[in-house]
Amino acid sequence: MTSSKFWMVWPDNVGLSVLVLAVVAMAFLYAARKPMHDLIRSSGGALGGPLRIAARWLLAAANEINHRNKAVLLAHGRQETGQRIEREFERLGALVTRDLQGYPTLQRKLLDEITRIEEDYKKCGEVPPPPPEWAEAVASVAKVKTTGNELVLRVLEEINRSITSIHDKTLAEYRRAYERRHKILESFMPFWRSVDKTLTAVDQKLSGLQNGAATVDAQMEKYEAIVAKTDKAEHALTVSAFTQFAIALLVMLIAAGGAFINFKLIALPMSEMVGAGDYLTSTLRTSEVAALVIIFVEASMGLFVMEALRITHLFPRIASLGDQMRRRILWIALVLLVTLAGVEAALALMRDMLIADKQALLQSLATAPQPIATDGWVAHIPTAGQMLLGFILPFALAFIAIPLESLIHSTRTVGGVLLVALVDTAALVLRVLANVARRMARVLITLYDVAIVVPLLVDRVARAGFAAKRGTVDVEDSAWRRS
Amino acid sequence: MIRALLYALLATALAGCGDPRSHAQAVYVLVDTSGTYAQEANKAQVIVNYLLGTLQPGDSLAVARVESRSFSEKDIIAKATFDRRPSQANAQKRAFRDTTNGFVAGVRSSRYTDITGGLLQGAEFLRETGAGTKTLVIFSDMQEELDKVTVRDFPIDLKNIRVVAVNVVKLKTDNVDPRRYFGRLEAWQKRVQGAGATEWRVINDLERLDTIFGRS
Repeated sequence: MTSSKFWMVWPDNVGLSVLVLAVVAMAFLYAARKPMHDLIRSSGGALGGPLRIAARWLLAAANEINHRNKAVLLAHGRQETGQRIEREFERLGALVTRDLQGYPTLQRKLLDEITRIEEDYKKCGEVPPPPPEWAEAVASVAKVKTTGNELVLRVLEEINRSITSIHDKTLAEYRRAYERRHKILESFMPFWRSVDKTLTAVDQKLSGLQNGAATVDAQMEKYEAIVAKTDKAEHALTVSAFTQFAIALLVMLIAAGGAFINFKLIALPMSEMVGAGDYLTSTLRTSEVAALVIIFVEASMGLFVMEALRITHLFPRIASLGDQMRRRILWIALVLLVTLAGVEAALALMRDMLIADKQALLQSLATAPQPIATDGWVAHIPTAGQMLLGFILPFALAFIAIPLESLIHSTRTVGGVLLVALVDTAALVLRVLANVARRMARVLITLYDVAIVVPLLVDRVARAGFAAKRGTVDVEDSAWRRS
Repeated sequence: MIRALLYALLATALAGCGDPRSHAQAVYVLVDTSGTYAQEANKAQVIVNYLLGTLQPGDSLAVARVESRSFSEKDIIAKATFDRRPSQANAQKRAFRDTTNGFVAGVRSSRYTDITGGLLQGAEFLRETGAGTKTLVIFSDMQEELDKVTVRDFPIDLKNIRVVAVNVVKLKTDNVDPRRYFGRLEAWQKRVQGAGATEWRVINDLERLDTIFGRS
């Protein structure tokens, strides 16, 4: 008997051997059905249970992180909005002081102009003197009937001439009076314009105040929402943090580009100062590290300048310093920054000289004659450009303190949100795995039953027969009891 | 910014430690001046110029001639360890170029060719420089010819040195039977590698020197 046939009950009959073994196996499997079911079920439970617990723990952790994130976010938002409101109030205060301080003068001016206009208006109301009273006498004389008396006629003619003369005089005076009034009215114009201008200025100032008040109102509304810890406020702050993060990151990338250019400008000439043959690692030269250190020191000085100017608030210690000490720090940092910028400009010049020297050497070493570069003023443009860049870039780098602060603050929120998402995803994955483990246990139990389907069928039939027989006995028993 | 400061501090700390390994290169050029090969000396100048343009501040370079007996400091035409400051290094390179130009202009052929002596002298120089990469360039047809008195048939030590044979021209006899040429090169390879050299290379096209000295 070969080793491959050791399991055969009848080595010459494979089919019968398999059948016998299957029957025996089924019998054993049927006998072990309950403990095997329990084993599979408990294995599924043992695998799925911890996974579910871990998933639950992760969910709780995510919840906790979320709460903390919310608390931090709201606290930060509260602080920021509070500061903004404070600044708006300061701005409004300055506006009120600036605009309304001169308001009494303005009012006095306005009143003076109105009084003047009023007086002039009254002057306009002055009517020309009435015709003399003797006009009534003339009217009476006019009623006298002409009888043809020559004396009377002459008197009347004389009277007519006098009256005509007086009429002309009075009319002329009347016209002059109206002319005067027109002139007075004409002189109103500048005053009206002045009043109009003054009122427009007042209107503008009041509109500015109104706008400022509206901004304060909006900020206050936001502040109230943050204090009330509403979801809307949290969402708005989160979105704002993401936006800030993206913008700050972009600006930092641009600044990194600037720093790289700066590095390229000073790395070569630094080898003239610290030597070109020293290496910190197999690829990193000491001169390159020295150039990096200079750039970092410049950035740090810029940071201190920004801190001292209270533009950024990364170091509470500097922010809490007295004005005098802060000013000292500002000046020290500024002087160092200017010095380093000057050093960089000099290094940029040296770089150009070194490259030119190297180029000249290579030309002298070359076997083929090299074209000689023109040495006109155009050749000095790159040198001047390099020096200018070397001087300007440190100051430009100083401003990275602002996006850096935004980046640091927004990273807390963005990182928190991403962490929550990560933990949530992990919890979901663990939950799914736990469910898969439990389902797999059920599938295995079913498969087990499929493998022993024949004994199970026999068992079911036997149980049914036993139940039927028992049912008959029960019926006979009840009939006997009734009888 | 805090991260930048940390990097700066780290870099400063690293600067205090530094990499103890030497990253400098040392190159010793042996120029064969024996027989008709002396006519090739102009090409040696090309190699030296190439090396002057390639080597960095802190690197070392020496040029020596191969004569009837070459194990002598007197055979070193010019040697220099370039200053760590690039400007000074450039000045040194100019002076080096002038010296080797003078040598090439007035080269006289020697009767015998003591390559082994030159190798011994070169290995000594290279070891003394303490450079991280040591290269021995042999500008020769690799045909060694010694007088009866000179003894060179003993093991030599070329550990941690790579040997590059440049411009190995074919002799008239090589043209008759090329196996002589290949056999000569094979014998040198065996000897050099047996002496512990890290690498043995033959470069006949001078344009391919970049593969040896080009730095990444």
